[in-house]
Amino acid sequence: MTSLAIRRWPGALSRTAAMFIKEFLQLRRDRLTFATMIFIPLVQLMLFGFAINTTPRHLPTAVLAYEDSDVGRSILAALRNTSYFDLVQVVRSEADMDHLMRSGRVLFGVEIPAGFERALRRGDRPALLIAADASDPVAAGTALGALDGVVGTALARDRGLPDTTDAVPAFEIRQHRRYNPAAVTSLNIVPGLLGVILTMTMLIFTALSVTREIERGTMESLLAMPIEPLEVMIGKITPYVVIGFIQAALILTFGALVFEVPIAGSLWLLAALSTLFIGANLAIGYSFSTIAQNQLQAIQMSFMFFLPNILLSGFMFPFAGMPRWAQFIGECLPLTHYIRIVRGIMLKGAGFSDLHAEALALLLLMLIAMTFAVRRFRRTLD
Amino acid sequence: MPTARDGNGKAPRNGDIVIDVEGLSKSFDGKQVVRDLALQVRRGQIYGFLGPNGSGKTTTLRMICGLLTPDGGRGTCLGYDILTERDEIKRHVGYMTQRFSLYQDLSILENLEFVARVHGLADPIGAARQAVLRLGLEGRERQLAGTLSGGWKQRLALGACILPKPDLLLLDEPTAGVDPKARREFWGEIHKLAADGMTVLVSTHYMDEAERCHELAYIAYGELLAQGTIPEVIAASQLTTYTVSGPDLNHLAETLLGMPGVDMVAPFGTSLHVAGRDAVALDRTMARIGEGAKLDWRLSSPTLEDVFIDLMSRSQDNFR
Ligand SMILES: Nc1ncnc2c1ncn2[C@@H]1O[C@H](COP(=O)(O)OP(=O)(O)OP(=O)(O)O)[C@@H](O)[C@H]1O
Ligand SMILES: [Mg+2]
Repeated sequence: MTSLAIRRWPGALSRTAAMFIKEFLQLRRDRLTFATMIFIPLVQLMLFGFAINTTPRHLPTAVLAYEDSDVGRSILAALRNTSYFDLVQVVRSEADMDHLMRSGRVLFGVEIPAGFERALRRGDRPALLIAADASDPVAAGTALGALDGVVGTALARDRGLPDTTDAVPAFEIRQHRRYNPAAVTSLNIVPGLLGVILTMTMLIFTALSVTREIERGTMESLLAMPIEPLEVMIGKITPYVVIGFIQAALILTFGALVFEVPIAGSLWLLAALSTLFIGANLAIGYSFSTIAQNQLQAIQMSFMFFLPNILLSGFMFPFAGMPRWAQFIGECLPLTHYIRIVRGIMLKGAGFSDLHAEALALLLLMLIAMTFAVRRFRRTLD
Repeated sequence: MPTARDGNGKAPRNGDIVIDVEGLSKSFDGKQVVRDLALQVRRGQIYGFLGPNGSGKTTTLRMICGLLTPDGGRGTCLGYDILTERDEIKRHVGYMTQRFSLYQDLSILENLEFVARVHGLADPIGAARQAVLRLGLEGRERQLAGTLSGGWKQRLALGACILPKPDLLLLDEPTAGVDPKARREFWGEIHKLAADGMTVLVSTHYMDEAERCHELAYIAYGELLAQGTIPEVIAASQLTTYTVSGPDLNHLAETLLGMPGVDMVAPFGTSLHVAGRDAVALDRTMARIGEGAKLDWRLSSPTLEDVFIDLMSRSQDNFR
């Protein structure tokens, strides 16, 4: 019994290797796909990265002033000097302000209440209201972050004011984030992008792998050969693990060079868990491939799966802010766990003990997809 | 000699019968494509499988090598059950598909190496190189399979099938589009392999190839209509055939067709083959036609083609 198993092993290895070499050769010969695999992640990183991640400046801002005072003017000047705010419009009423913000013509509204200067001189610490359109949380977040300095600089040269200490500023800035109260900071984007890009490319490459054999008519020969579904799967998936690894390395390198995203934690841990994540996505793509009738269907299925990955994984919206059902779906997606892993390792310096639950989830998702795919794989032409 | 046999080294059971199936049937979308088919092929035999387009040849071959599950019937291939021991069958059978099904984007050598590795040959690269030499493809081994001419694709596919030295070859129209010289070489190779104990079941539409087989089966509309050696098949057809030559054969053919005893009229070069199953009626008709006309007519033995065309027309009649 055991001797049989042992003697079978080299056969299984040889067959898996046959599949691996074949896939690798086909991959290498398909120049366009190969180029795509290298350049897509870079182009995406540049597009997404610059579009989302560059600190946005000169954001259109409206001013609603209920009084015209020297203090008000110096505060507005200080806002302008941060270079985050461009005072593009002066409005006369609350309703006008609301309209401008809703229509997206301005991202910020500054409101100087009536009697602001008098209250300030009395030392009453009045409030300056700043409303932010936080539907673009990155834009809102960085600009609002710059407000802290405004209080001090605005009144630095105005000596007619009561003593201000650092602990008790002369006036208060009341921030109001509208439309999306949870802010996402820009550093979260590049680590998330790593997961998004890997998901997309890995899914599509393996989603096509079985349907391609069917469409090109090579399935008939393949099925007539003594090769097991598991061997076919492993042989087909492995070349792409290598590709995924190259992609991840490219993204991380560019992330560090161009966007200055640090890797606080262990690079080895990141590499190991990334491999797991790549494997999970490849397995899922491969299992789509065993369901789809043709390559178009396979692509469609990949996109159907890709969408919730983008929306519910915590990449776009804060995971904690999602409704319970959406969180449940999110937990079933590899990207959700990977984003926690990547943000954890890169930004917070998390170690394996912090992340073992996420790693386990990835492993589980991969095994489920693989089991499904091996069972689904047709062994006949019926 | 490396063999494709795996560790357990189980020799085929059931002695000398390599393919033994009975009652095989298969339907697609409610249409019966193969019905109640029985076939026995002995070791070392070259067994021809003939029949019109769409008669179920490919379907039958696929059922025998485990690629399709029959709706009914049972049987063994190399002693392995075609329903339950498909994995074993795949190890020992070389199946050449009707449509080219190697990887078009791999080179000749890479395709052959793939096959060798899947079959676990000890030296896949060496085996592939040998196969290239045997195929006479040296110098082109780096060419992509997809860019080969049709005939060369067929020869490559056959080479890939033979590479792991299977015990049984199932060839589905292996010589379609292959030139006469290559076909002759191909059949020479097949006979050599058979002499070494390989069994071959080959489907074909060519009569000259049918005549090179040890035994034949003729299938039409899913039913096996004739089986046996060539003399047996001809004898079983009970056809009487006349070869007629003379002037104005076209006109004669038309007149003959409706006459008693005449089942089939086919022009063969400058003569006409007239055949019928009712020998007495045909004799009488021929005697009447021959009288007075400047015709040269004589009794001849039916060719395989006469037999098959007759079988086909008859089965069509039954089918309606
Ligand atoms: N997968 C399938 N689904 C539906 N019908 C099928 C399928 N495969 C074969 N058929 C039908 O079964 C019949 C027999 O087909 P088969 O390919 O076995 O014929 P064949 O004898 O090999 O013909 P040819 O000489 O043209 O190769 C045909 O009518 C074909 O349309
Ligand atoms: Mg066919």
